[in-house]
Amino acid sequence: MRAINRKLLRDLWHMKGQALAIVMIIASGVALFVTQLATLDSLTFTRDSYYAEKRFADVFANCKRAPAPALQRIRELPGVDVVQSRVIVEVMLDVPGLAEPAKGRLLSVPDGRRPALNDLFLRDGRMPDPQAQGEVVVIEMFAKANNYHLNDTITAVINGRHQRLTIVGIGLSPEYVYSIAPGEMIPDDRRYAVLWMNERELAAAYNMEGAFNDVALTLAPHASEGEVIARVDEVLRPYGGLGAYARKEQVSHWFLQNELTQLETFGVFIPLIFIGVAAFLLNVVLNRVIATQRDQIAALKAFGYSNLQVALHFSQMVAGIVLVGALVGTAVGYWLGVMMIDLYTAYYHFPVLTFRMAGWVPVAGLLITAAASFAGTLNAVRRAAALPPAEAMRPEAPPTYRATTIERLGLQRLLAQPSRMILRHLERRPMKAGLSVLGMSMAVAMLVMGTAFMDIIYYVIDMQSNVIHREHVQVSFHEPRSMRSLHELERLPGVTYAEPFRSVPARVRFGHRSRRIGINGVPADTRLDRVLNIDLEPFELPKDGILLSRVLGEKLGISAGDQLTVEVLEGPRPVRQVKVAALIDDFMGIAAYMEIRALNRLMREGDVISGANLLTDGRHDRELYDALRERPLVAGVVSKDAIIGNLKRMIEENLAITIGINVLFAAIIAFGVIYNSARVSLSERARELASLRVLGLTRGEISYILLGELAILTLISLPIGFLLGNWLIDAVMLTLNSEVMRFPRVVSGTTYALAATSVIVAATVSGLIVRERLDRLDLVEVLKSRE
Amino acid sequence: MTETRNEDVYVLADDSREAVFIAEGITKVYHMGEVDVHALRGVDLQLYKGEFVVLLGPSGSGKSTLLNILGGLDVPTAGSVRYRDHDLTEATEAELTEYRRHHVGFIFQFYNLIPSLTARENVALVTEIAREPMAPEEALKLVDLGDRMDHFPSQLSGGQQQRVAVARAVAKRPEVLLCDEPTGALDITTGVKVLEAIERVNRELGTTTAVITHNAAIAAMADRVIHIADGRIASIDHNAQKKKPTELEW
Repeated sequence: MRAINRKLLRDLWHMKGQALAIVMIIASGVALFVTQLATLDSLTFTRDSYYAEKRFADVFANCKRAPAPALQRIRELPGVDVVQSRVIVEVMLDVPGLAEPAKGRLLSVPDGRRPALNDLFLRDGRMPDPQAQGEVVVIEMFAKANNYHLNDTITAVINGRHQRLTIVGIGLSPEYVYSIAPGEMIPDDRRYAVLWMNERELAAAYNMEGAFNDVALTLAPHASEGEVIARVDEVLRPYGGLGAYARKEQVSHWFLQNELTQLETFGVFIPLIFIGVAAFLLNVVLNRVIATQRDQIAALKAFGYSNLQVALHFSQMVAGIVLVGALVGTAVGYWLGVMMIDLYTAYYHFPVLTFRMAGWVPVAGLLITAAASFAGTLNAVRRAAALPPAEAMRPEAPPTYRATTIERLGLQRLLAQPSRMILRHLERRPMKAGLSVLGMSMAVAMLVMGTAFMDIIYYVIDMQSNVIHREHVQVSFHEPRSMRSLHELERLPGVTYAEPFRSVPARVRFGHRSRRIGINGVPADTRLDRVLNIDLEPFELPKDGILLSRVLGEKLGISAGDQLTVEVLEGPRPVRQVKVAALIDDFMGIAAYMEIRALNRLMREGDVISGANLLTDGRHDRELYDALRERPLVAGVVSKDAIIGNLKRMIEENLAITIGINVLFAAIIAFGVIYNSARVSLSERARELASLRVLGLTRGEISYILLGELAILTLISLPIGFLLGNWLIDAVMLTLNSEVMRFPRVVSGTTYALAATSVIVAATVSGLIVRERLDRLDLVEVLKSRE
Repeated sequence: MTETRNEDVYVLADDSREAVFIAEGITKVYHMGEVDVHALRGVDLQLYKGEFVVLLGPSGSGKSTLLNILGGLDVPTAGSVRYRDHDLTEATEAELTEYRRHHVGFIFQFYNLIPSLTARENVALVTEIAREPMAPEEALKLVDLGDRMDHFPSQLSGGQQQRVAVARAVAKRPEVLLCDEPTGALDITTGVKVLEAIERVNRELGTTTAVITHNAAIAAMADRVIHIADGRIASIDHNAQKKKPTELEW
């Protein structure tokens, strides 16, 4: 090995503490990058091959009841490739050990054949026998959650009649990768099932023989999705068509897509912060190395090493650190990725989901890190290359100091000499002090951001469950009912208060943009399903007009005062205009609210309701659920406790780990930055401090001079870090907010305290390490050598 | 400027008074903050092949500046310096690097060894980029350090470190050896050893050697002694009889 490379390795070894700190920060950034992007890649790859293998449809449409000839017309439409019709019904299921009824969705499969589209993956068992009765395939998650096995039976309420179904198969479908009951956000595998049954049998139970109420199709190559949707709509309109929609609006796909987008933005944004901090530290450390090696650089040049060779030498130092960091990061990222994929399998269900790391992921991680690091250290390297050798032979001229502002104000009597030294040192190089503060502030900010995620999530849960949705139970009907049904519900056991709601599926349109949503009608003085304004006070629902989630308003490009076109997707499918009264800042999903009577008027219907939100005394739940189960009109019952329980479970199992990793990495940054600051100060001032020791100052006194500076910088960086943390949260939210979730910025006192404590601990530990080195300062040696 | 000429000039065997360096009217002005420092104020000088020259002067006299300019580490503000057919005043940065790499060996007052490299590796640092170097081991034996090759600078005494520096400077077989206060940081005994090493290189390899010092005793071992004061050459002495380093009276 060449001598200059030996020097490189030994120099790196000599500064191993600092190098390790930077390696860890780079590794953290690269690990996050690799984890998120490899997870993204794994999910995308798995999804695409699953969709392709099981022929996931491109366009979906539902209607009330269409006869077989309509299917033939759809098949003949230009741009349509494969078509599969189905009968789909929502049912209630009795699940042993569960007080409230579970929800189920029954899908028909062609008798004795596999579906042409949206085919199942059978984990176990077989498809229903076309000759047999009451055979079903159930979705794997539900079977697992409720411990159902092959040949077990489930009782379903099918068209008002209790019927026993036999499980002959356990499977999955590309339509239900993310499987949630209609209108919900989080999977509840215990309370929501998807079941597949022979078409003949299901059609007979619902009087759908020779007819269908759902159709899925794939597009021919180069077909226009929009045109096909419009034509399918036209065909199904006479049959109570609810509007065709593209794959991107299919619920499971939409959630999965949102998740992937989040992974992508999060996977790039956060690692960039880490890599930026690492580049900054490399710059600080390299500048210091170059300053201490002035005479060595001069010697190298005197012997005929060229500027380029000197630049290369110091660049290799950076490259070494970057390379080790990237390697460690890739290894850790791989390990975390395997863990992440494991978490995903709890919510996103594929036949097989294995972690795979495409070669480009670590390469991209390395390249980004290298680019940032070299850009960050370019100046220092250039300085080394440009150092005139004759000048470098001479020791650096003593830096110019001045009396500080405090002293010029005549306050010097308040300060002892060591304190003056601290202040003068800080004031002499405000840029350097500023950069140290900036580095530490970034660390504080990362800690604040990491921990604040927990604050934010618990805040959203609290808002959703205690402030916005205050009902205990939500009951929905198959068909809109009169207000009399509300009074019936009021009289059920345990119900203390009932509030009606009307829910209308619609496609809302503004200009050329449209979305399928449910319009929610609630009483103006609603107590249970509340709309809040930005100050979190209940929003008084206007007498007419519609309120839209801000995210929906922005998607449509509509603002308050504009006329929104509402194409109702039930009954006679009227098309109406309604004025947007306001955009509301809500947290989850995309919603539209109207006052219930205004919605009834818009629909030109009487006092009709779709269901009710109930408050209960909590002592008669069993009887209440039994009573609800007996009513054929009731399509579904949702217990809010179950929803909140699911939300918390998801957070504890999933988000807590992600957040924990972020906080851990933020702590690494904090320690890395502070330790480096302390070490650089030590190497810059060792000679000065040794001189002071020779002059008779104690170890404590010189430690005070060095560590006092560190303490001041740390204290200054705390409030700045808090502020930066808030900005960082806002920036991350911009990338993270989606149609699924919007996060407000909430930072609790505990979070601030935790960040401050972590940084102070890191500073103390770094201080102790440096202090230990100060104690071992070799006075004679330091004074003898020139630098 | 006075030049005292002794008719019994000590003449090298192959001396044809071939000038290696020709410097004419070189001045050097440093801008140090708000003041201009005139380090050199018009120096004319020739160094001849194979000779041993001592540049003698008090600190601040400009002798280091002169040495740096001869070594291609610095360029004069005005005047011209030629090394054989190289014009050092007009040379580009790359040409100066090339010049230092192949023609000059430096020895510094504070050794400037790379602390992270052993003695052998410090020498190898130079031999690896030179054209026809001697082996690092050979160079170290030349300075009597054959048994200290794998020691790090921190494990060597000051004199030993400086001898490593001598080995490092001569290993490339330079035509010129420039030494800036080579014994400035050493006591008599170790200083003598270093000077012996330098003298041996000059004698055995025929390397043109310039040593700057403020120690008048060292002047006795030179062919010529150039006295420098206040940025100018004050006088030049020729030694009829060169002393051996061991004979120097400190």
